[in-house]
Amino acid sequence: MGMTFAEKALGKAAGYPVKAGEVVTVEPHFCMSHDNAAPIAKTFKKIGVPKVWKPDHLVFILDHAIPAPTDEHAVNHKEIREFVEEQGIPHFYDVTSKGGVCHQKMCEEGFALPGLIMIGSDSHTCTYGAYGAFSTGIGRSEMAAAWATGKIWFRVPESLKITVTGKFNKGVSAKDLILKIIGDIKADGADYMSVEFHGPAIEAMSIAERMTLCNMGIEMGAKNAVCPPDQKVLDAIKGIEKTNEWEALWADEDAVYASELSYDLGELVPCVAKPHTVDNYAPIDEVKGTKIHQAFLGSCTNARIEDLRLAAGILKGKEVAVRTIVIPASWRVYRQALNEGLLDVFMDAGCVITNPGCGPCMGNHEGILAPGETCISTANRNFKGRMGNKESFIYLASPMTVAASALKGEIADPREVL
Amino acid sequence: MKIQGKVWKYGDDINTDVIFAGKYTYTIKDRAEMAKVALEDLDPEFTKNAQAGDIIVGGKNWGCGSSREQAVTCLKERGIGAIIAKGFARIYYRNCLNEGLPIIVSAEAVDAINAGETVEVDFDASEIKTASGKVFKFPPYPEFVRGLIEDGGLIPHVKKSLGLSK
Repeated sequence: MGMTFAEKALGKAAGYPVKAGEVVTVEPHFCMSHDNAAPIAKTFKKIGVPKVWKPDHLVFILDHAIPAPTDEHAVNHKEIREFVEEQGIPHFYDVTSKGGVCHQKMCEEGFALPGLIMIGSDSHTCTYGAYGAFSTGIGRSEMAAAWATGKIWFRVPESLKITVTGKFNKGVSAKDLILKIIGDIKADGADYMSVEFHGPAIEAMSIAERMTLCNMGIEMGAKNAVCPPDQKVLDAIKGIEKTNEWEALWADEDAVYASELSYDLGELVPCVAKPHTVDNYAPIDEVKGTKIHQAFLGSCTNARIEDLRLAAGILKGKEVAVRTIVIPASWRVYRQALNEGLLDVFMDAGCVITNPGCGPCMGNHEGILAPGETCISTANRNFKGRMGNKESFIYLASPMTVAASALKGEIADPREVL
Repeated sequence: MKIQGKVWKYGDDINTDVIFAGKYTYTIKDRAEMAKVALEDLDPEFTKNAQAGDIIVGGKNWGCGSSREQAVTCLKERGIGAIIAKGFARIYYRNCLNEGLPIIVSAEAVDAINAGETVEVDFDASEIKTASGKVFKFPPYPEFVRGLIEDGGLIPHVKKSLGLSK
């Protein structure tokens, strides 16, 4: 009987063959923390171990509120710098032009690698599955314990196989696919499971598109989400690998799945997730014309160069009707957008471009909503209060749908402006 | 261990943003202060009036969304005795074990319990008793997490296993 990706990856880390349902204790490889490295460091100190188990396995990336918008954030950042110094942690991305959103940096800097067990104190750590890693989010206490012991337990998850075929129609992208899947199986549809994306349409997708899919695995409850580590991945990591301990692992043909789904990209239409849950799917026809006050193009879900190109293609030579905030996922993406002339397109259209980081996604700064306001966003969550105000409304959509909506000042169908 | 408390009842898919708002994640650092804003964007009545010993009852997928542990800490510090739900999101589930906040999965009990009633949870007998006297058995914690619970959460458990407990 064949094995799933999760069984292979966790079995390799455990050192013996494992099956779904078993509990294993493994040594994680890279352990990512963002601004919450400071409270984790405090918990770590309570344990009483003087040094972290392997300083070069820890990666700290400041992104949640940078540069510090309040004194509390400033103190938080300061504590992280002190801990980095004290522990000799080599992989630290501070508020510099080498930084960006943590999940983007983990991928573009060569930490996200096939077959590695990766943990992060952020729920969207599942993004690295786009590179074939087994990666999952954990809480603060658990991360502190991992730093101290170099160990973490996992129940080997059952797996959900999603096979994708066909080609996107004009105006439709990976975000529309993942919003449709979550709308179908709901916010708990993959609870505790490993989600595997298979099929020719996945192979045809860019790594950026695969990151959008894996990023939102958590929004259906998944432990991790993963795409095959194919030649595209091997080319992308060549020369930037932060360790040589990786191995391209993938599910066997005869692996056993808890359930299987299939999607044909040709059947998808532009869509949104309506307030206040990610599984509140609506095709664009149902919501177009809804008045918006802000558009947000950013976040770990959809702010890569590929996303910015799609949005710029719609905004070029036009002017936005509402305030539109553009936040590239990293400074590398920012510079590339600058060199490609995309930042000119955004500025000419009236958009505000801010420094790479999480921005308003989780209500910290740079675009908080007022009561009664509606935002269309490329991010991954539309929970009540998510963007800082519980009386506001968030619609999640693709970069193309967000750009088309920004032009009209209301939710709009990107197919009508392409 | 036996606890008894008044029930605050909620629906399905209650996410961590409404349990502990994102805007507070770096501005509220003190555990007792976290307790003061618990469920602020879900139920201001709870935020104002919840008492130590109260019990939360939720639907499926309680605690979905962010990994923020404060969404557990704020309820633990508030003195919530247990959360009974039809199911928990996985990071939240782990965070509860790690913080030492008892959680129980029982869809039948959730359906039978009414908001505001007083229920009793007997952890030794793995039983929930409703105000009307109905009794629901729940599965005990899996073997591998029992040590964690007995030690009072992950950090004391790790200290003990490393021989660093006082």
